[in-house]
Amino acid sequence: MTITQNNDKTDLLLEIRDLRIAGHSEDAWQDIVKGIDLTLHRGEILGLIGESGAGKSTLGLAAMGYCKDGCKITGGQVRFDGEDLVGASEETLRRLRGVRIAYVAQSAAASFNPAHRLIDQHIEAALHHGVSDRATARAGAIELYRSLNMPDPEHIGERYPHQVSGGQLQRAMTAMAMACQPDLIIFDEPTTALDVTTQIEVLASIRAVVEKFGTAALYISHDLAVVAQMADRIMVLRHGKLVEEAETRQMLAAPQESYTQSLWAVRLFQTAPKPRPDAEVPLVELRNVTAGYGAKQVLEDVSFSVYKGQTVAVIGESGSGKSTTARVISGLLAPGSGEVRYNGEVLPGDYRKRDKDMLRKVQMIYQIPDTAINPRQTIGEIIGRPMKFYHGLGGSAVRTKVKELLQLVELDPDRFIDRRPAELSGGQKQRICIARALAAEPDFIICDEVTSALDQLVAEGILKLLNRVQEQFGVSYLFITHDVATVRAIADQVVVMQAGQVVDSGCRATIFTPPHQDYTDLLLSSEPEMDPDWLDKLLERRAVVAGA
Amino acid sequence: MKSLVKQIWQAPLSAQFGLAVIALYIFVAVFAPALAPYGETEVVGEGFAPWSGDYWLGTDNLGRDMYSRLLYGARNTVGIAFITTALAFLIGGLAGLVAAVKGGWVDQGLSRIVDVLMAIPQLIFALLILSVVGTTATSLILVIALLDATRVFRLARSVAMGVVTLDFVEAAKLRGEGLWWLITREVLPNTIAPLIAEFGLRFCFVFLFISALSFLGLGIQPPTADWGSMVRDNAILITFGDISPLLPAAAVAILTVGVNFVVDWMLHKSSGLKG
Repeated sequence: MTITQNNDKTDLLLEIRDLRIAGHSEDAWQDIVKGIDLTLHRGEILGLIGESGAGKSTLGLAAMGYCKDGCKITGGQVRFDGEDLVGASEETLRRLRGVRIAYVAQSAAASFNPAHRLIDQHIEAALHHGVSDRATARAGAIELYRSLNMPDPEHIGERYPHQVSGGQLQRAMTAMAMACQPDLIIFDEPTTALDVTTQIEVLASIRAVVEKFGTAALYISHDLAVVAQMADRIMVLRHGKLVEEAETRQMLAAPQESYTQSLWAVRLFQTAPKPRPDAEVPLVELRNVTAGYGAKQVLEDVSFSVYKGQTVAVIGESGSGKSTTARVISGLLAPGSGEVRYNGEVLPGDYRKRDKDMLRKVQMIYQIPDTAINPRQTIGEIIGRPMKFYHGLGGSAVRTKVKELLQLVELDPDRFIDRRPAELSGGQKQRICIARALAAEPDFIICDEVTSALDQLVAEGILKLLNRVQEQFGVSYLFITHDVATVRAIADQVVVMQAGQVVDSGCRATIFTPPHQDYTDLLLSSEPEMDPDWLDKLLERRAVVAGA
Repeated sequence: MKSLVKQIWQAPLSAQFGLAVIALYIFVAVFAPALAPYGETEVVGEGFAPWSGDYWLGTDNLGRDMYSRLLYGARNTVGIAFITTALAFLIGGLAGLVAAVKGGWVDQGLSRIVDVLMAIPQLIFALLILSVVGTTATSLILVIALLDATRVFRLARSVAMGVVTLDFVEAAKLRGEGLWWLITREVLPNTIAPLIAEFGLRFCFVFLFISALSFLGLGIQPPTADWGSMVRDNAILITFGDISPLLPAAAVAILTVGVNFVVDWMLHKSSGLKG
C-alpha cells in the first residue's frame, strides 16, 4: 500500500474544478470539455460514462495533466494530491506519471511496443524513476501477473505482445499500470475491444487488484452495465458537460435526467419475433460447409438456413468463424466442401463466377463504416452507383432515388447528398452503408457486426432502421455479432458458433429460455447486466460450478 | 479552386518558394523565344567572351550567347524531363495499380519483370540501350520512362495494396465492378497524394539523369541547348576562375531544391500531419 504524505489532512486525491478544454478543428477552437467538476477520494472508483464525443477520454487524460495534440486546457484546475497539474512543468508531470498516476488504454495491442518483452516494458517505468531495482521490479511484476490471474505468471512476462491473447494483453497492461503502485489509475475503455467471455475475466482481475492495493480509479466506458460492476460512483457526461452524478446503486435505481434514462432504455428495444415459414424453400441455405485459409480449417460442417423476411443472428466469440461464414456466402471465400444454396440453387463458390443479378441480390454491410465507403466519393455517388450499375438508371433519376433512400435512412437528403464521408459521424456513415445496400434492391443482406463500432444509442437507432427496412421490403438478414443484447433485440433465429462449428441453434425464444446448452449458457451469462452485484453473483456461481 | 489558393497561401515559406521557382521555370520555358536576346544556336561572337552588356553571361565555346542558351535549355531539359516523368507514371502507375487489384499471377508476373529491370544499374542500362538505338529525343524519353516506371510501379503497388484491403474495395468487387472502375474510381483517388509527391521527386531524378547523360554525350544532342551538355562544353572555363559553366548546374540545383520543397509539403499534407 502506498504511504500517503498528508493522510491526516484529507483523503481527497483528485480534484478537478471547472475544467475547460478546447480542441482545434476546422480552423477554430471548439470546446470539448465545458466546465466539469470532479472529485475523487483515495481508494474510490469513479465511473465516467457517455457516448463518443462526450469528452470522457479527454477528461481522463486531463486528470494526468495531459492533453492530446490539437487540444488545450483553456481554464480550470486539476489538483492531484494538492498539486495543480494545469500549467505544471513537464518535470513535475513526468515525476507523477507512471509512478503515482497510471493509464490503461483501450487498445493494449497498440499500446505495447511489439519489439520488447512484456516484463521489460512492465519494469521500465519503475527503473526509470528509480523506484526499485531490476530484481525487485521483476518479482513485483510476477506477483502482479499472479494477482491478475494470468496463466503461468512466472514466465508469461518473457513473451512478446503478439504471443499472448487480447484479454491477457489487457491484463498485462493493467499489471504494468500497477507496477509502481500508483495512487490513481485511469482506465479508458479497457474491455471494449474484448469478447464478452474474455471481458468478464479482465473485469474480475481488474477489480480484484484495484481492491487489493486500494488504488483509486477513473473508469471510462460507454457501457453502463460494465461501469456498474466497477464503480462506486458514476458521472454521466454529454457534449462535454455533466448530466448527472450519483452513487452507482442510486443511479441505477433511479436515474434523474431524461438523457440518462434513455441510456437505460437502450436495451429494452426488441422486435416482435416472426415465426419461421415452414413449407418454403429457404432463401439461403448452407449445407455442410467446410472452409479455411490455406491449411488452416476455419469452418467445419456448418449448416443452417435463412428464410425470406427473417433475421438470423450468428453469434460467437472472435475466432469462432462467424465472419468466415459471411465470406463464404458472399463468395469471397470458396468453400472447401459443402454448398451454399440460394432459393434452392447451388451458388458458385467464387463471386467472380456469379452473374450480376445474383451479386445484386446479396449485399453486405460492414463492421467499420469508415472503411466501408470510399472517402473520395460523395454520398450521392456512393449510393447512386449500385442503381446505375445494376438498374441502368441515369442522370436525374438516380439523384431522385438517392434522395428517397437518404430520406429512408433518416438523413436530410439536401444536406448530405453532395457531402463526402469525412464530414459524417460513425452512425451516419453506417446509414449510408445501409442505403448503398438497399440501392441494389437486394433480397438478402449480410450485416457483419454492424453495430459494434457504434455507441449504444446510435446502435439502437441502426437496429430500429434495419427492422423498419425489413418490414417495408421483406429483406432477410444474416446478422453476425458477438453482442448478446443485439441478438435478443432483433433475431428470429439464432445460430451459436464456437471454433468453426455450429454448437446450438433455434428460434430466439428457445435459445434465450433455459435450459441452455453449455456454451450458449456461457455466452448468455457473460453479458453484463444492469445490476451492480451481477459480476459477484456470476463469479460465485461459476466458482460453485467449477468446484462441484 | 478557392481552397487551392488558400492552401498555397497557408503553405510554409519553403513550399511557397518552391512553387515560385517552379512557376518561374515554366514561364521561362514557355516564353524562351521572347525572353532570349539571341537565337538558340546562333553564333553571335567570339568563343568564350566575358560577361558584358551585349552578352550578359558571356558566350560559350562556339560563341553562342550563354544567357539565351540557358533560357532555351529550360525549355528542352525541363520539357523532356516532364514528358518522361509523365510517361513513367502512366506506365508504372497503371501497372502497379493493376498488380495490386488483380493480385495472384498478374502481380507475380509484373513484379518479376520489374525486378529484372531493376537488377541492372540504371545508368549503365540507359547508356547501353541509347548507344544501340541512337540518341534521339524520342528514344531518350522512352528509355528513361521505362526505367523509371519500375520505381513508380513499386510505389504505386505498395500504396494500392493498403487501399485494396479496405472494405469499400471489397464492396465494389462484390458489386461486380470491372477492373477499370476499381482502378480509376476506387483505388487511384485514394493513392493519388503519395503518387503526386513521388511525381515531383521522380521529376528531379529524371531531370538530373538527363543532365548526366547529356554531360556524358548520350543525352540531348547538340546543337540543342541543354544544361548538362552546357556544363560539359564550357567546363574548361572553370580552370580560369570563371563561374559561367556552373550557371546551368545552378539552374538544375535550384529547380531540384524548389521541387523538393513542394514535395515535402505535399507529403506532409498527405500524411495527415498538422502544423
